[in-house]
Amino acid sequence: MSEQKIDGFELKPGFKGMASDTGSDQTMFKGVHWGKAMMWIFLLSDTFVFSCFLISYMKGRGSTIVDWPNTSEVFSLHVGGVPVPLLLIAIMTFVLITSSGTMALAVKYGYEKNRKMCGWLILATAVGGLTFVGMQVFEWSKLIHEGVRPWGNPFGAAQFGSFFFMITGFHGFHVSIGVIFLFIYTYKVFAGHYDSKKRGWFTKMKGDYVEIEILGLYWHFVDLVWVFIFAFFYLW
Amino acid sequence: MSEEYDNNKSYQAQSSEVLDGSAGSINPDMDYVRPAEIPEQDLYHAHSFIEKWIFCQDAKVIGVQYFLTAVFTGIVGLILSWLMRLQLGFPELAGFMTAEHYYQFVTMHGMIMVVYFLTALFLGGFGNYLIPLMVGARDMVFPYVNMLSFWMFFVAVAVLMASFFVPGGPTGAGWTLYPPQTILEGTPGSGMGILLMLISLSLFVIGFTMGGLNYMITILQARTRGMTLMRMPLTVWGIFTATVLAMLAFPALLVSAIMMTLDKVLQTSFFMPTILKAGEVLEYGGGSPILFQHLFWFFGHPEVYIVALPAFGIVSDLISVHARKNIFGYRMMVWAIVGIGGLSFFVWAHHMYVSGMNPWFGFFFATTTLIIAVPTAMKVYNWILTLWRGNIRINTVMLWCLGFIVTFVNGGITGIFLGNVSVDVPLSDTYFVIAHFHMVMGIAPLMVIMGAVYHWFPLVAGKMLHEGLGKWHFWITFLGAYSIYFPMHYLGFIGVPRRYFEMYDSPYMTSAVGMNEFISIAAFIVGAAQFILVFNIIKTLKTGKKAEQNPWKANSLEWYTSTVPPEHGNFGERLPVVHRWPYDFSVPGAKDDFIPQTTAPSEVANTEVEKT
Repeated sequence: MSEQKIDGFELKPGFKGMASDTGSDQTMFKGVHWGKAMMWIFLLSDTFVFSCFLISYMKGRGSTIVDWPNTSEVFSLHVGGVPVPLLLIAIMTFVLITSSGTMALAVKYGYEKNRKMCGWLILATAVGGLTFVGMQVFEWSKLIHEGVRPWGNPFGAAQFGSFFFMITGFHGFHVSIGVIFLFIYTYKVFAGHYDSKKRGWFTKMKGDYVEIEILGLYWHFVDLVWVFIFAFFYLW
Repeated sequence: MSEEYDNNKSYQAQSSEVLDGSAGSINPDMDYVRPAEIPEQDLYHAHSFIEKWIFCQDAKVIGVQYFLTAVFTGIVGLILSWLMRLQLGFPELAGFMTAEHYYQFVTMHGMIMVVYFLTALFLGGFGNYLIPLMVGARDMVFPYVNMLSFWMFFVAVAVLMASFFVPGGPTGAGWTLYPPQTILEGTPGSGMGILLMLISLSLFVIGFTMGGLNYMITILQARTRGMTLMRMPLTVWGIFTATVLAMLAFPALLVSAIMMTLDKVLQTSFFMPTILKAGEVLEYGGGSPILFQHLFWFFGHPEVYIVALPAFGIVSDLISVHARKNIFGYRMMVWAIVGIGGLSFFVWAHHMYVSGMNPWFGFFFATTTLIIAVPTAMKVYNWILTLWRGNIRINTVMLWCLGFIVTFVNGGITGIFLGNVSVDVPLSDTYFVIAHFHMVMGIAPLMVIMGAVYHWFPLVAGKMLHEGLGKWHFWITFLGAYSIYFPMHYLGFIGVPRRYFEMYDSPYMTSAVGMNEFISIAAFIVGAAQFILVFNIIKTLKTGKKAEQNPWKANSLEWYTSTVPPEHGNFGERLPVVHRWPYDFSVPGAKDDFIPQTTAPSEVANTEVEKT
């Protein structure tokens, strides 16, 4: 549906176009696949979830009675005995942003019906995501090893651990769900389910390469959220 | 969908291909409707009993499933309210009840009625059943996700009900679940009870999100040919806007539920300040209880409109159909719904005037709260003006609608009282507040639900509910509800506090005792009267009069399905094509007093129809 021609309807640019699309019958977002529209609206809702988390974090950090831990010390890695702040997190961020790039390429090759390239790129994205989750596990275990717990830590306000584990955990959960779907889609692409329009296992709906773009939207969103978490936790 | 709408008209385009040619952009034909731009929906038909009635993907069956589950929880909520009234009116008869029980009943009654009954009934029940039919779609756009949505709701209800049977019982913290007392020892159900409540709420939010995505995309992206947004029935507008609110407000509830679960399970202190208990400092410290109140009411106030907006929409349609007159100011009604929805995100702290907030903050929220009265009052005027000089049928449906207008205006006016900081502070936590929100978001939407049940039952079941029983049901409920809530305003003014298990020897007892007994008796009668409807439905299903197609002579698409009740796919081989709004009633010059949305302009060329 994404490349559909719209009969008897003139797509105008700008605000006028928005008004005429809104005022028309059948669809508001012309030529937009149902699933794609759904993902956008889901992401809007999810944005509110993460906003609530981050605003709560700001409020919580602003109203603690004990000082907040010095994040550049807590999050630093020791390389050859020298503490390097932001090292691990820079690598994590780099991996995740790179996986967004491979995802975007996978969408492009998907629409070009280049099954092999599309499959390999989705696999690369999945591996990137998995690496990210792995590094997060490493960071969590390092912090836990140093005595940071959800209910307290030796460096300062107890809320540091509470918010850190909750918010990065919630984000990591999003990444993990994405990774699972990326692996499923890798299989589906290599098995040619989108070329043969094979019906889904559960939904019984016909497969289409647009699904990759929909998953891509989710993946980019998860990356974008990470940028905010990065800024709020590691740079503040 | 390449079939043309009407074979008899030779000048009509034969297929979408033809329109690509010369006549595509400028078509002089007055009946012209743009060809379909979305392909026919790929429907999965059920193959077995389980697929057809249990794990069903048909929005209509899912709607009925939602409806029945919500009504079941509603009856539980009703029984809890009986128990509360027994204690308040006749404490000597309620010897089995302790203060802990009372708080648990208050909490569960509130949570059940607001979230699991009204929200699920309006959005899950009416939304699922009516949206695809009213916008001319074959089904919701993601039937499988829709099915999951119901079952997630079902599990949420099961978890909620399970909390009655765990050690310590359900939570008794009040439906607002304010920390820190909610999860501290001493509050009833502070162990498993609150945990199950928080899990159940999270499941509800997840389930609702799946449903809400369906409702929104179906309305935005799957309307039939000719169905513009401004030709949709107001029911759809109400449910749509409520869904948008829910998609943006429920995240705050989910986040607060997660954070409180962690406070409970992992001893984090998101909402927990330093607490002294029996001279000992608890492990908690440094959290902010006010943060929870902000999160909760950022959800809680839009939640009021999540319940109210579908009611506004549905009642507009019912009034228009049964007054045989177009809805007065349709566009104004739409913009009022959207405006109320938008404003509802900027008023939440009016629930927190006594939380110790900065007076300027309260001033801001009082202002926004009172601004909401403007679009709301516009809607009330428009309902009255729709009735004005209409050809009103005083049937059961119309009675419920009139009852709605009266109770809603009543509750709305007391809302103006409570919206002002200086008036709210003395009235806060008294029975005046109980009277206000039960009138405005309890009784008023319930009146609409009842009217909607009597209105759409012929469509869902193919049989007409008994009118006489319906009128008895209405009058007992209407007069009874006034008997319950009107005296409560007075109780509030004399200062009777809410959520008190017992009044002991307080000075206002003498005047409040008789009134409490009266209210309780009325509550027992009104509650029992609801079973008239249950009886009516069972009787009608067994022996009721078979309904003709479109018994109310309405215009909207749900009455123009291929069969009654509609089958899977709703409209048979061809989807309807829409040429007008659904409110062309009593049009001067028309043959009948109603013109269905599917009637082509050339068929009613000599009438004075509205241009829509």
